[in-house]
Amino acid sequence: MDKLLEIRDLCVEYHTDEDNVYAVNHVDLDVYKGQTLGLVGETGAGKTTTALSIMKLLPQKIGEITSGDIKLNGESVISKSEEAMRKIRGKDISMIFQDPMTSLNPVYTVGDQVAEVIKLHYPDYNNSQVEARVDELFLMVGLPPERKTEFPHQFSGGMKQRIVIAMALACEPQLLLADEPTTALDVTIQAQVLQMMKDLKEKLNTAMILITHDLGVVAQTCDQVAIMYAGEIIENGTVEDIFEGKDHHPYTIGLFGSIPDMETKSKRLHPIDGLMPDPSNLPKGCKFNPRCPHCKDICREQEPPVYVNGTQTIRCHLFK
Amino acid sequence: MEMPLIETKNLKKYFKTGRGTLHAVDDVNFQIFKGQTLGVVGESGCGKSTLGRVMIRLLDATEGQVLFEGKNIMDYNKHQMNELRKEMQIIFQDPYASLNPRMSVSEIIAEPLKVCKVITNKKELEERVFDLMKTVGLAERLVNAYPHELDGGRRQRIGVARALALNPKFIVCDEPVSALDVSIQAQILNLMMDLQEQFGLTYMFITHDLSVVKHISTEIAVMYLGQCVEKAPADELFANPIHSYTKALLSAIPIPSLKYRNMQNILSGEVTSPIDPKPGCRFAARCPNAKPECTGCNLELKEVSPNHFVSCIKYM
Ligand SMILES: Nc1ncnc2c1ncn2[C@@H]1O[C@H](COP(=O)(O)OP(=O)(O)OP(=O)(O)O)[C@@H](O)[C@H]1O
Ligand SMILES: Nc1ncnc2c1ncn2[C@@H]1O[C@H](COP(=O)(O)OP(=O)(O)OP(=O)(O)O)[C@@H](O)[C@H]1O
Ligand code: SF4
Ligand SMILES: [Mg+2]
Ligand SMILES: [Mg+2]
Repeated sequence: MDKLLEIRDLCVEYHTDEDNVYAVNHVDLDVYKGQTLGLVGETGAGKTTTALSIMKLLPQKIGEITSGDIKLNGESVISKSEEAMRKIRGKDISMIFQDPMTSLNPVYTVGDQVAEVIKLHYPDYNNSQVEARVDELFLMVGLPPERKTEFPHQFSGGMKQRIVIAMALACEPQLLLADEPTTALDVTIQAQVLQMMKDLKEKLNTAMILITHDLGVVAQTCDQVAIMYAGEIIENGTVEDIFEGKDHHPYTIGLFGSIPDMETKSKRLHPIDGLMPDPSNLPKGCKFNPRCPHCKDICREQEPPVYVNGTQTIRCHLFK
Repeated sequence: MEMPLIETKNLKKYFKTGRGTLHAVDDVNFQIFKGQTLGVVGESGCGKSTLGRVMIRLLDATEGQVLFEGKNIMDYNKHQMNELRKEMQIIFQDPYASLNPRMSVSEIIAEPLKVCKVITNKKELEERVFDLMKTVGLAERLVNAYPHELDGGRRQRIGVARALALNPKFIVCDEPVSALDVSIQAQILNLMMDLQEQFGLTYMFITHDLSVVKHISTEIAVMYLGQCVEKAPADELFANPIHSYTKALLSAIPIPSLKYRNMQNILSGEVTSPIDPKPGCRFAARCPNAKPECTGCNLELKEVSPNHFVSCIKYM
């Protein structure tokens, strides 16, 4: 397998008026060509921050990569100039943002915005070729092509999200960073969109980081899974390791326990008690220790080492 | 019989567009009783948010009625609506767009209290804000934070706190947990169910997530392109789905297990446009059981078993 993206020891901080937010802490990740990595974790875990770091789109002055390296095809992106990055974005890497309005311009029709991306990618297409491709992309995301002459505000949340997906896929990138791309979609449209992404992966060997909180989506689409907690990858492995493996981080177990079960009738859900720690004031030792049912003395004192078991890694004192 | 807290009658909302009239909500009828939850599910773009907004008159209906405690609120004047606003609240789909980025957490939560002049004493206002923050599980230290500094889960808690501020009777919850991960989702759902019990709240709970809707709803309405195509008590709908669209929805749920990988069936066929739709079933182009009669016919909801309604030619 060819490695496309390599992240080593990435640390990202946000400097706010009051404090420093340690959003990403010593993250290592590899993404291979033609593979989909699912990045899963609670809200605030640092998933979006990780993706923004790859794009070098952290908010200026506030967001800072304080250590580590990110390599795309063996070349470091950290040291690249903004101009060089602009060429990479949209061509080599494209990102589907969590909030679709970040990518949509309210004053242009949605069709024009998709067409713009196609023209950038295929400069020698004539107008009718561009329009045909726009229609094709609209159909693929389940929107009637005749609605391409409308403006973003005339669409529902999920429809805007689909337009953004169409734009990201139109660039045919090497690496697609999809930040919760289907959260606003119902399951039938979601299935259609995920299928489109799979097709892209098969056709163009596209690699993808799929940020999601839906473990169902992960099971159905990902090859690798990384589980993030308080800015760290606390468990990483193949989809088989995560869904069928025997050993898991206590947080992973909690995550699986909080899925609303379609079969049982129990009314109450079983979320992991408590909240994720404040990233500006992380606990000593294991960052999960205040919520962990297996917490021992050592967990409050020492950061757990990374336990490696074949393709799986777990960051927890329970494993030696 | 007991009077529903809120009821819609032939409710319609059309938008004028360049190429015709878009039927966003097209003749929707339902009742919600006090303390109950109507779950509204359906395809993205089928009119769920529009319906929610029309119900509490954030948008004016094109036709039809909304009865709140038996009174048609469609012809309420501005003064009457201001009073009514206290009784009806909305939690928005998008915790990013719905919170004013220039306001701090406390200002956002206090805003409805100030606007409706419920609490004017500064000290009391502060107490009420802290109280609400505690109810929804927001740490006190976030009182002066701004929305962009917070993650999605905490932002949505602000939305819940703001909606609760005026002690409403009815809350439209427009995808309040869709943007959240499962564990936070579970916390917010539990919170909302507790609040419902504690304050006797009535919800219209809009979502595209069937596992969520199953947990929280008394009754579920399934919408497709502006219309309600099936309605039944929650357990009944999951046990005996009838409409082809409902069945497609249930079978497309991604299951968190590798056993079912690559086994999902994907709906094919073009999505019908909501602009000047033709008579007949709007799902026909994608329905695996469609017959030629499905296009052009007149359909309405028919009761096929007690409280289970379906709009499909098979039952006309
Ligand atoms: N611009 C910012 N200024 C200050 N703190 C920030 C900023 N952006 C993010 N953070 C903080 O950094 C941490 C990580 O946030 P991030 O958005 O990466 O999380 P996430 O895993 O994507 O969460 P979600 O599932 O809610 O999208 C959070 O604690 C968040 O509050
Ligand atoms: N202001 C508007 N002008 C024109 N059309 C609109 C407007 N608002 C909504 N629509 C259209 O009305 C239909 C219903 O939109 P709505 O936002 O109610 O859908 P939804 O069911 O909430 O979808 P989602 O699940 O994606 O949020 C869509 O076709 C949308 O494009
Ligand atoms: S290191 Fe200790 S506290 Fe952390 S997850 Fe493992 S057992 Fe729990
Ligand atoms: Mg995020
Ligand atoms: Mg909506």
